[in-house]
Amino acid sequence: MVDEFWFAMEVLISGLLQGFMYSLVAIGFVLIIKSSGVFNFAQGSMCLFAALGFVSFWEAGLNFWVALGLALVMMIVLAVVIERVVLRPLVARPPLILFMATIGLAFLLEGLAQALWGTQPHGLELGIPDSPLEGLPVDISQFELFAAAISLLLVLALVIFFHRTRVGRALRAVSDDHEAAMSVGISLQMMWGITWAIAGGVALVAGIMWGTRLGVQYSLTLIVLKALAVLILGGFNSITGAVVAGLIIGGSEKLVEVYLNIIFGIGGVESFFAYALAMFVLLFRPYGLFGDEIIDRV
Amino acid sequence: MSAEIAPQPLLQVNNIEVVYDHVILVLKGVSLQVNHGSIVALLGANGAGKSTTLKAISNLLRAERGDVTKGSITFEGRQIGKSDAPQLVRRGIIQVMEGRRCFEHLSVEEDLMTGAYTRRDGRAAIKQDLEMVFNYFPRLTTRKSTKTGYISGGEQQMVAIGRALMARPKLMLLDEPSMGLAPQLVEEIFQIIVRLNREENVSILLAEQNVNRALKVADFAYILENGRVVLDGDAETIRKNEDVREFYLGLTEIGKKSYRDVKHYRRRKRWLA
Repeated sequence: MVDEFWFAMEVLISGLLQGFMYSLVAIGFVLIIKSSGVFNFAQGSMCLFAALGFVSFWEAGLNFWVALGLALVMMIVLAVVIERVVLRPLVARPPLILFMATIGLAFLLEGLAQALWGTQPHGLELGIPDSPLEGLPVDISQFELFAAAISLLLVLALVIFFHRTRVGRALRAVSDDHEAAMSVGISLQMMWGITWAIAGGVALVAGIMWGTRLGVQYSLTLIVLKALAVLILGGFNSITGAVVAGLIIGGSEKLVEVYLNIIFGIGGVESFFAYALAMFVLLFRPYGLFGDEIIDRV
Repeated sequence: MSAEIAPQPLLQVNNIEVVYDHVILVLKGVSLQVNHGSIVALLGANGAGKSTTLKAISNLLRAERGDVTKGSITFEGRQIGKSDAPQLVRRGIIQVMEGRRCFEHLSVEEDLMTGAYTRRDGRAAIKQDLEMVFNYFPRLTTRKSTKTGYISGGEQQMVAIGRALMARPKLMLLDEPSMGLAPQLVEEIFQIIVRLNREENVSILLAEQNVNRALKVADFAYILENGRVVLDGDAETIRKNEDVREFYLGLTEIGKKSYRDVKHYRRRKRWLA
């Protein structure tokens, strides 16, 4: 009985930790949706691009931190270029057009990555073993714990930034009303540049974490698929929502997978459970669990 | 009533033309000026071009794909046509947009603070101005941490004006501050506008459909029709003008004319303008 309990705990915890990894990707989307109202289709490609850049710098013999810093600078430059070349000319166009532009951007980034760094998959080893921590009744991967801690720190930093700083407040103002934000002297271009840069930084972290897990390769862009379910569940414009929804999905899909298999012998639920859950939530709370509720005056 | 003394107007708009989306001509040569310390009313019906004129001055047009294609705008003697909205706010021109446009997920206090975004004169000065805004709008004090999406329309208008005040402007462009408000609140808002003008030395360009109320506070007024200024003069003269009395204030000495006559007369007038 006790063994069974610990087994359930182990499944749950490993699911939750995996959930943090989902959140890490989802946050990148949330940032850009908040500031420019665009669903950034290129977020996955940005993860890949950032991770590939980092790995290449590191493999070229640079110090870990130098490589990380260089990759970050690269993502910031990319953000500035995207703002200049893609967003600025499309200002005040319908969101669908911007969305299409990000699709183009996704393929452009993948092509660019291929041209710069080739198509070889790269292994990534951060030196944190993916083996269980000693001395606990459950097996918890050290790497997953580390990844969760990083995501948590990142989220904390972002929440403080959005709620306690002048620029953070301006970003929230922009997400509520572009034009009114302009009217008080907030530069939209500057704000978009900043959010895309932050989203680029988040993509770098997510890319490195998932790259360590799966290897840095082109299929890395597919990690956004799970993030999609996280977004729907948590709400497209809530960072807190992205974290909580990541945890809910990570935890529940593992439990469902394991126990459906044990009890009914049904397998493979993990791959689609998240979407089913997201769809179910969509029926009752169209703006997600934590999304900005639509304030309607009647 | 500073029309005759000021040597150089604070704001001068010279014969501007505004085109939306490269094709739709909205303003067809509008000229106006605002002198230091005055309240100038920009009057006219729906679609006359009041908002567009204000947005041309504050340069919020670009967000709507509008463009000033002719004419010039000078502020304190300098051309401002090429400056973007953030630069203009820093120079002292701020617009309070039509429909209040609060940041609905920000608290009242946060919303007000966004008005100070461009300021670089330190926390203490900003804090002091926040107190000033709460003094002008004591009603907002109890709502400090309420999201602006949940406060009343009148309170939202107060937030919008207070937010603009936080930028310490020299010229405030007010677009329909009375829109959708109860008469008593309209009265309150207009009183505040006059106080801001007198006590904080903010010059005001006020676009209004509420002609009667606007003429009571304004020093000077322009009447806009169909993208053109059809009449201007100091507020008193405008108020006594027979056409204005008939078309905008709904008053007439001659007795009631039939609606058809009025329409005909207006059409004729537009032709001539």
